[in-house]
Amino acid sequence: MCGKKEATVHLTEIVNEESRELHLCESCAREKGPPEIQDFALAGLLAGLADFGTKLEEGAPGRLACPRCKMTYEDFRKGGRLGCGRCYETFHRYLAPLLKRIHGSTQHVGKRPEFGKASAPAEEAKGAEAPVEELSRLKEQLAKAVASEQFEEATRLRDQIRALEAKPRKRTTKG
Amino acid sequence: MTLDDLIRETGEWLRGKGPKEEIVMSSRIRLARNLQEVPFPHWGSPRDRAEVLARVEEGVKGSKFLKGSLILKISELSELDRQFLVERHLISREHASHAAKAAASDEKAVVVSDREIISIMVNEEDHLRLQVLQSGFNLQEAWSVLSQIDAELEPVLSYAFLPEWGYLTACPTNVGTGMRASCMLHLPCLVMTKQINRVLHAITKLGLTARGLYGEGTEATGNFFQLSNQVSLGVSEEEILDNLERLIKQVIEQEEAARKALLNQSREGLEDRIWRAHGTLKSAHLITSNETVELLSLVRLGVDMGLLSTLERALVNRLFIQTQPAHLQKLEGRPLSPSERDARRAKLLRESL
Repeated sequence: MCGKKEATVHLTEIVNEESRELHLCESCAREKGPPEIQDFALAGLLAGLADFGTKLEEGAPGRLACPRCKMTYEDFRKGGRLGCGRCYETFHRYLAPLLKRIHGSTQHVGKRPEFGKASAPAEEAKGAEAPVEELSRLKEQLAKAVASEQFEEATRLRDQIRALEAKPRKRTTKG
Repeated sequence: MTLDDLIRETGEWLRGKGPKEEIVMSSRIRLARNLQEVPFPHWGSPRDRAEVLARVEEGVKGSKFLKGSLILKISELSELDRQFLVERHLISREHASHAAKAAASDEKAVVVSDREIISIMVNEEDHLRLQVLQSGFNLQEAWSVLSQIDAELEPVLSYAFLPEWGYLTACPTNVGTGMRASCMLHLPCLVMTKQINRVLHAITKLGLTARGLYGEGTEATGNFFQLSNQVSLGVSEEEILDNLERLIKQVIEQEEAARKALLNQSREGLEDRIWRAHGTLKSAHLITSNETVELLSLVRLGVDMGLLSTLERALVNRLFIQTQPAHLQKLEGRPLSPSERDARRAKLLRESL
């Protein structure tokens, strides 16, 4: 483009079905705006992953929308980013295979917010404590079972965890 | 403290001290955090983003680690000042690009702590991107600071979190710990001996990512490589750091071996390159920032190997930053055209070396 340096970046732009090839050197390519190209590539990549993960699912989840922020699964597939924390619950079954692909895991094992420190009413905290402890114990067992490839045991633990999590249907972090 | 006070000092991470400082320029850890029940910046309304900023400001005011921090709204900064913050590694290039996505830029901000050790990008891809930047190979210390700040802000901000998937982020590649830890390595001898591709290839296979000086999408100028973890879910913060440390130690050993080999086998050739680089920097009257970074890389190698014993590492580190376009213009106190910058840069180098 500048006619000075050797072209090392080759782009094909398709506008209104007309394709145009661009051969740019590093500095021209940067000026033309690689951030957009990058965003696009990442979004496409994630979308591809998300597609792959949901191929087996029945029906089109595209219209499924988050009750909090109104993002649809289709929006996520296009942009590669979720709309809010609640989206993770709304699109749970579609995100699980995606996370597995990206991270090789679907179980958080790191640090967690310290519960109970916030000004939660005492009785609520009391009622919630036991299941939380049990949950984390079960999850530890689950992680171990998965690591040692004991899948039957893992499935049993997973169902137990789901049942426990479904019961109070309360968000774990406290505002 | 104001933005202009920063120019006269260098951040803590450029001090050139710390473990393995001759190869590891700096260590950085960032945590992605979002507020519960508030849409992520790209999807939220201006009111949502304003709420995030207001709550972060409140959190910062009550924090003992962030006492006396500078809070800057990106929309209120000139383009020069935004570029200046990118050059200092306090904000990302995406955070600085004000015009690109004007709609979502309204409430972008950055919090900068004393000595620039801690910074928080507000309303970037996530509501908060907390960062600690330290000099040398110092991930443990960086983590001890960062986890304390995180714990301090947590009760005030109440983060989006699921026990199953950890801290929730706009992009699913960051969920879990929300942690990205990285070290900036100076690897000139692995580049000279053409071993760098082999090393980087091995590193990527073992779960690390290699990037250039200014992060995502930038090339490796000046033989600097930023190595970071890829995965954030299913591994604890300590595991991420252990793994990164272990692999970086091996890269350091490889670079050390390459330095030794070059010194043994072609000392004269190496000294010649280093002194010529020094000579050019000391005598040029016009010099671009790319050439400067490449030559300073050799000079830094000379200092690190004891071949250029008259110079201080901290000075060389400072020159890497101060010869960048926005820094030069801030030093000069006015906008400079590219050719004026080349002249001003050359003058600064002649006077400093």
